[in-house]
Amino acid sequence: MIKHKKPTAFYETFERKGHNDTSTHYCPGCGHGTVHKFIAEAIDDLGVKDQVVFLSPVGCSVFAYYYFDAGNIQCSHGRAPAVATGVRRVHKDAVIISYQGDGDLAGIGTSEIIHAANRGENITVFFVNNAIYGMTGGQMAPTTLNGQKTLTTPLGRDPGRDGLPIGMAEIMNAITAPVYIERVSLSSTKGVLKTRKAVRKGLKNQIDGRGFSFIEILSPCPVNWKMDPVEAREWIAGNLEPVFPITCFRDACSQDQKDSQIAVEHSVESDQIPFMDDKELVSLLKVDALIPNLEILNLEEDQLVKIAGFGGQGVLSGGVLLAKCGIAEGIHATWLPSYGPEMRGGRAYASVILANDEIGSPVVDEPNVLIAMNGPSLDAFEDDVVPGGFILVNSSIATRKVKRDDVSVLYIPASDIAKKEGLTAAANVVLLTIYLKHKGIMSTETLRKIIPVSVTRKKFINTNLRIMDKALEYYDNNVRI
Amino acid sequence: MNYVKISADQCKGCRVCVQACPNHCLKIGSVFNTMGYQSAVFIGEDRCTACGICFYVCPEPGAVTVFKNEKPQKKRDTGESA
Ligand SMILES: Cc1ncc(C[n+]2csc(CCOP(=O)(O)OP(=O)(O)O)c2C)c(N)n1
Ligand code: SF4
Ligand code: SF4
Ligand code: SF4
Repeated sequence: MIKHKKPTAFYETFERKGHNDTSTHYCPGCGHGTVHKFIAEAIDDLGVKDQVVFLSPVGCSVFAYYYFDAGNIQCSHGRAPAVATGVRRVHKDAVIISYQGDGDLAGIGTSEIIHAANRGENITVFFVNNAIYGMTGGQMAPTTLNGQKTLTTPLGRDPGRDGLPIGMAEIMNAITAPVYIERVSLSSTKGVLKTRKAVRKGLKNQIDGRGFSFIEILSPCPVNWKMDPVEAREWIAGNLEPVFPITCFRDACSQDQKDSQIAVEHSVESDQIPFMDDKELVSLLKVDALIPNLEILNLEEDQLVKIAGFGGQGVLSGGVLLAKCGIAEGIHATWLPSYGPEMRGGRAYASVILANDEIGSPVVDEPNVLIAMNGPSLDAFEDDVVPGGFILVNSSIATRKVKRDDVSVLYIPASDIAKKEGLTAAANVVLLTIYLKHKGIMSTETLRKIIPVSVTRKKFINTNLRIMDKALEYYDNNVRI
Repeated sequence: MNYVKISADQCKGCRVCVQACPNHCLKIGSVFNTMGYQSAVFIGEDRCTACGICFYVCPEPGAVTVFKNEKPQKKRDTGESA
């Protein structure tokens, strides 16, 4: 009978380029693998694999998504707790694993971890402290010991110059909201088994909706410490543990700690998080007075829209208009801008999603609607449109035809129509009007009501509304069959 | 009887399990695996308690599998022919 085997929360094979596909990329004896194993085993035993969102940091564990058969997000350096907060806001049932190294959490990401802890986010943080920057070749970390030699402290860390090693679990313990804070160590078998227990407890707390759990794990980096794996474990016991004491700082979820009740009371329960419902959002956008009898629209198909052009063409504000129309109609909408450093003239695009259900990510990689305001954006995004999608081309500027034959296309001289009314910058309004009309997404009257509350330069409101009329006129005369 | 199977392809020969096993059931073998590591081999058929310590201390997800009340099918199930 098999008593212990590879947990099923790991992929069977790890498909990384040019690498043995069953072992990890970690150096021999690295602690990350052991922590991964405990997390995977706990996911299996708690039966939550389908709910897990694993947040990989920047650091040696950046490739965790190759190993965990779960939802994965690779976060920017130090930002996992902020990403975790976002995931928690949209996925109440997610089991969020915020996994970070010491350079990541105690260096570049100090502010994120402190505020996530202070908000008592219902997440589990695994802080793998190996007292060094592993991935980049062994530079000093905020947790490096006094006198410890690293690539950037060849003569040893000097507290006068570099400060003292920072105790993150102690810092967490100064914050009221966390429910569970423990520091464990992989230095010995006993420590390893305690780590396993702590990992399970941290995840269980989250599943039970208890709040913020923080587990710091003292972990070997044999390669950058220039030790063999067994020696590295001994070094943790002899050197790291005296500076970073192994202890449970707080366990508000276990019976025997009385003052712990405070922490539980201070932590945010996910259903207490003030989610703004759509009605409230609508009134925030001041459109409720304009659309008093809100009937929630039911989209036939979620709209994944990319509006692309150059800065100054109203790409971003056009996206805002569309998203606000969606919100006014009671459906879900996101708007994600992307633009270069130039204020004008550079490439810009906005991703807008309109959906009946909550939206997990605002990123649109494969749009079903592309609104191309100029030639380069048609070049850039034509191939991304899904088969059967819709491409709307501003033919005043983009002179070429769409090459694909598996999408529907409309060419509208939007800039010319807008220019005739004296406001070339409103070509976006022309295209939005025609998009809504042609695809029957929603009544163009919604757009008409949103323009006055969305257009910032009030003296252009009427021109914009007139341009909408001209767009509809053009559509009736030239497009509608 | 209990035994431990070390996957020679996944083991990186770090020696952590060898040092951790309370019953000295593991040793580092002499053969190099495809990654160039000398992987661990199981030598404790008469004394392994299937406690799982080697499994827990090992950093590789699938290098160690622990069997309880079972006999190894072939000699290489214990990793020796790596
Ligand atoms: C914004 C940014 N700054 C710096 C880096 C370079 N960088 C990559 S990993 C790393 C340190 C990671 O150390 P740690 O969090 O301790 O993780 P480990 O590799 O030791 O597991 C740094 C500074 C980066 N990728 N991004
Ligand atoms: S450099 Fe250190 S932390 Fe990174 S994989 Fe190697 S041993 Fe692990
Ligand atoms: S299961 Fe226990 S006794 Fe058996 S080899 Fe592993 S550590 Fe040793
Ligand atoms: S089985 Fe695991 S712990 Fe043992 S030597 Fe191999 S990699 Fe290291």
